[in-house]
Amino acid sequence: MFAFILRRLLQSLIVMLAVAFIAFLMFRFVGDPVEGMMGVDARLSDREALRDRLGLNDPFYMQFWTFVKNAVQGEFGISYRLQQPVTQLILSRLPATLELAVVSASLALIVGVTLGVFTAIHGRLPPSTRETLLALGAVLGAGVAFHLLGGGSLLWTLGGGAAVFVSTAFWAKRFFSQAIMAVSLVGVSLPTFLIGIGLIFVFAVEMKLLPSFGRGQTVQVWSGWSTGFLTKSGLLSLILPAVTLSLFQMTLIMRLVRAEMQEVLRSDYIRFARARGLPESKINFRHALKNTLVPVITITGLQLGSIIAFAIITETVFNWPGVGSLFVNSVQAVDVPVMAAYLLFVALVFVVINLIVDLLYYLVDPRLRVDGRAGRT
Amino acid sequence: MTETSDVRTPVLSVRDLVVDFPLRRGNFRALHGVSFDIAPGEVLGVVGESGAGKSMTGAAVIGLLTPPGRITSGEVYLQGQRIDQLPEAEMVKLRGKRIGMVMQDPLTSLNPLFTVGQQLIETIRQHLPLNEAEARARAVSLLEEAGIPRAAERIDSYPHQFSGGMRQRVVIALAIAADPELVIADEPTSALDVSVQAQVIKVLKKLCESRGAAIMLITHDMGVIAQIADRILVMNAGRIVESGPVGQVIRHPREPYTIKLIDSIPTLNRDPGAPVPAEAAAPEAAAQDAYVRVENLTRDFSLGGGGSFFGRLFGGESRIFRAVNDVSFSIRRGETYGLVGESGSGKSTCAKMIAGLIPPSSGRIFVDGADVWSAEGLASRRRNVQMIFQDPYASLNPRWKVGSIVAEPIRALKLTSSRAEIEDRVADLLRKVRLDPVAMRKYPHEFSGGQRQRIAIARALSTQPAFIVCDEPTSALDVSVQAQVLDLMSGLQEEYGLTYLLISHNLAVIRQMANDVGVMRQGVLEESGPVDEIFDHPKAEYTRMLLDAVPDLDKVA
Repeated sequence: MFAFILRRLLQSLIVMLAVAFIAFLMFRFVGDPVEGMMGVDARLSDREALRDRLGLNDPFYMQFWTFVKNAVQGEFGISYRLQQPVTQLILSRLPATLELAVVSASLALIVGVTLGVFTAIHGRLPPSTRETLLALGAVLGAGVAFHLLGGGSLLWTLGGGAAVFVSTAFWAKRFFSQAIMAVSLVGVSLPTFLIGIGLIFVFAVEMKLLPSFGRGQTVQVWSGWSTGFLTKSGLLSLILPAVTLSLFQMTLIMRLVRAEMQEVLRSDYIRFARARGLPESKINFRHALKNTLVPVITITGLQLGSIIAFAIITETVFNWPGVGSLFVNSVQAVDVPVMAAYLLFVALVFVVINLIVDLLYYLVDPRLRVDGRAGRT
Repeated sequence: MTETSDVRTPVLSVRDLVVDFPLRRGNFRALHGVSFDIAPGEVLGVVGESGAGKSMTGAAVIGLLTPPGRITSGEVYLQGQRIDQLPEAEMVKLRGKRIGMVMQDPLTSLNPLFTVGQQLIETIRQHLPLNEAEARARAVSLLEEAGIPRAAERIDSYPHQFSGGMRQRVVIALAIAADPELVIADEPTSALDVSVQAQVIKVLKKLCESRGAAIMLITHDMGVIAQIADRILVMNAGRIVESGPVGQVIRHPREPYTIKLIDSIPTLNRDPGAPVPAEAAAPEAAAQDAYVRVENLTRDFSLGGGGSFFGRLFGGESRIFRAVNDVSFSIRRGETYGLVGESGSGKSTCAKMIAGLIPPSSGRIFVDGADVWSAEGLASRRRNVQMIFQDPYASLNPRWKVGSIVAEPIRALKLTSSRAEIEDRVADLLRKVRLDPVAMRKYPHEFSGGQRQRIAIARALSTQPAFIVCDEPTSALDVSVQAQVLDLMSGLQEEYGLTYLLISHNLAVIRQMANDVGVMRQGVLEESGPVDEIFDHPKAEYTRMLLDAVPDLDKVA
């Protein structure tokens, strides 16, 4: 186990070094930083002095070494655009991104796994025509009824319809799982920015329920961490971007859990668990779900990484002051230090998450614990 | 049924049971009115080929038919109480508590992510009002009863830490956890080695005696039935063909189907009239005559940890497992060499090395005088040596048509390139294995197990090899199908002078097919020589043990 972790850490280190090298190359090939800093009418001697000061006259490998050394200490230089230390810049934006990521990942996991299990259990056979018509009628009827009741407001119409739709999970299970599968296709295929804009249109513009941009009010918790969790406007502003960001992951996790779970439910040990007289709830949530987890953990880990690292589109649509929008603005201004630091940050996120995923495997699946020789005779 | 004279109520009583599968293309009737009784403490053996409806009957009794299958008519009584119409919630309470079940494959019927103890305690507490500690104590005693040594220590192990036979004991312990009145054992020993099989049968029989539980034993193996059952039920195509006391049915079968079934079982004893396979002449033929020669074959597997850089760095001493240890034998041209032994004895590893799938750690293999693992031997080996695998369901690509499967070796070795010629050859090959050439346009799933194994044989023959390695070619097949496949194999051998290496755990198959036999145990060739000599006068203790463990129809009292 110890050797395994050490091996993984070594691998991670190699990955990080490779990414650092690519980040470092950006400095070399995306234009001469001195040109950008000094302007065209600077004197040659001044340029030379600056070059020396910045270490640009050192040999290639020395420069890389300096870069890595600084990166390890959290030094990524000064942003060209904002004239602030890059590290400080990223750290100040990090809370926004992490909070958004944590909320949307939890949302995606909880809803995705629940719906996945539900559709796996109840979606094995298609709903009867009668059930479908009844459920569809109820949902549409409720929509119309609430439309009239609420004086034609969108909130009442949608809310009523949605409430009845959710209730079908209890009385028309097969219809609900079929409908969820259909809706999830939309979730997978629609681009994030469209979903974001659509949500803004419905909930912010039409209903005026939720703010359409920004983080709302934030509170400084401890040194440098500003949270939006503690104010009402902070929480309200979190809803739309979190839903937008989680929708794709949610449908992905749901479909994955569903497919895996259906596979597991067909297996012999589930049949045997039934033959042993265990109740359905125990079979589904204890025996089947745990066996579904290994592939789900893999995908979820990677998805969590991309939620943190590539929330760029969502952050742009909602004008969310996170790392993603910092990156977009930096790309527009060719702010190489920020881009390089961001690259390393993303790599770090993925490496750490992968490490955690590997350790989780060990926790879930005893067959992987090669050194678990306790029971061997 | 004539056993109704028994005063006691039968534990299980099934009347005119009909099971239907309403499919899109019409109704499939799996059981056509099956009726039988099982008395307390009785072992009822249900035999028949796959698809006969044996397992279906068991599943219907315990209420676990796979949808859309359902009981259309008929009645099932447990201790006189009707159970086929019970609502699911009531049925759940019966399962495990009053009807226990043992399933075929011990490797897949335990949840791999929970310890054996967790699964036992969970089942016990589901049915009996015990607390955690009491349930654990009961679990330990159940495991001991099922014959697991040092149960108290092993209860916290995961299923993968047990061998197949041990796992089946755990499954049996699970099935009897709540003292059921009826145990349905669906092929409980088919996935196990003969010696392990005998032990598991003993465990079942003992439990049945000590607890007075009735057992419905479903199997395709007449030998197992002969060993343990009191009464026998022969099924075919969803109907009961014949039933009666075991001895009577096996010795004096009345129905033609039963007679055919019993006749197709290969026995350990050679019929005096049966021809001895090929010519057993020249017993001490010189090694030069040998078509295949295996010299000091050894194969080591490293058990992880040790081999890697960090494993060595951090003191994980490299653990090496010697799967095959200094094995030497030779096969004469046109003859069959049988290799027997329990699972894990290294038979299959040997086969893989000879077929060129994994390199040996040391030792050499000569086929037709050329070293298989040398550069020039490689080319001729690919053409000359072919392999037939155990499971015809897994060894044929389900997404390919049969034509492409059979033609693949021809294409891969570029024996011919013209499309028409390939098609001709494939048609010819399919005819050779007694299949209609039309088969080449179908997919593997459209064929039965026996037909699939013929397809696998056709594929092996497609490069016109002289030597075929057969790794348990019939162990996944029914007895009657097994007989057909074995016949086909000997027919082809005579016709084309093929040389076989036949690996099997079924001693009777080896006796019937092979000229020479080698007995393997833990990687070592214990004994090797002519079949008749070794089977009739075994020298090694292990060979004697293996031969004794074979359930024999003749031993029926």
